[in-house]
Amino acid sequence: MGREPFEVVVERYGPMVLRVCWAVVGPTLAEDAWSETFLAALRAYPQLAPDSNVEAWLVTIARNKAIDQLRAQSRRPAPTERLPESIRWEEPDAGLDLWDALRRLPRKQRETVAYHYLAGLPYPEVARLLGGNPASARRAGADGIASLRNMLAPSAREKGPR
Amino acid sequence: MTGQDFPEPGPFATLSGAEVDLGRLRLRLVAEAERESLLDVVYRTVDAPVGRLLLAATRRGLVRVAYEVEGHDTVLATLAERISPRILKAGGRLDTVAGQLDDYFSRARSGFEVDLDLRLASRFRLTVLEHLREIPYGSTASYAAVAALAGSPRAVRAVGTACATNPLPIVVPCHRVVRSDGGIGRYVGGDDAKRALLRLEGAI
Repeated sequence: MGREPFEVVVERYGPMVLRVCWAVVGPTLAEDAWSETFLAALRAYPQLAPDSNVEAWLVTIARNKAIDQLRAQSRRPAPTERLPESIRWEEPDAGLDLWDALRRLPRKQRETVAYHYLAGLPYPEVARLLGGNPASARRAGADGIASLRNMLAPSAREKGPR
Repeated sequence: MTGQDFPEPGPFATLSGAEVDLGRLRLRLVAEAERESLLDVVYRTVDAPVGRLLLAATRRGLVRVAYEVEGHDTVLATLAERISPRILKAGGRLDTVAGQLDDYFSRARSGFEVDLDLRLASRFRLTVLEHLREIPYGSTASYAAVAALAGSPRAVRAVGTACATNPLPIVVPCHRVVRSDGGIGRYVGGDDAKRALLRLEGAI
């Protein structure tokens, strides 16, 4: 069987990739990272082996594009933070609170929780993507989630420094 | 995979639960892909009196018109295989033909003026399709007559096959080919659709 129409890939994985981009680069750059990811994926799609894991392939591209965005951002003045319009939060503050917590994680933890918890990649896949072994990826994921829980706990939000 | 490996939303509940609307991002993707010549096939659907039609175009022109009974997902999968998997849903290239179909179904137009990409038909079938366009609006021709037009008077069955596999029904009017005995003959969109088109054109 050949490859599915690319439209199916956008439909099936588009929302997941946007969530992953959001978690890695934050609200301001998420949509640019998404667009770069799908444009690069469309370019390479005909060469993708038909039995490939499309989800892991897309996350790999998204990671590269996200890192490009972060590098470019560090070279230019920070734009004002805005929430991407493509994600509809039930409460807009929940998004800002989550990003406020995510940005404080070491980048390896932030990426690990994004690829494991949002993209659903198993830890061996995450390790392949980030380097290191599955055990260290698992540790980074557990540490990242624990820190996020702490930072997002209602008590921490009331008392902790913002 | 152990239980610990199974992701649960936890702190991401707000993000996992947030609704994602890709509308704007899709438009941007289509525009950027078009600019970089990465869109090999675009498609859209139109609602017509004969049901929902799938329209698909390459950069050369309209490449496929498909009835719902053909299974639009199946048709798209075939386009991915035979032309390119770089397929996105997008209006743009197809707005002209969609407008002309509207006019055709409201009897404001009797023919189509759009570029066609006939790459899905080859050899004798392609010859037949080219001659089908010579049958005027409102009239019919027999399978035998089309075989003669195509220069192979004995290839009546092959004309039937060429009509049944016409990648561009309605626009390339295979519905105007009927049986010599007065029967309406078979049609890729079903007998009812064929009858509806011939009635619309005043041919029956």
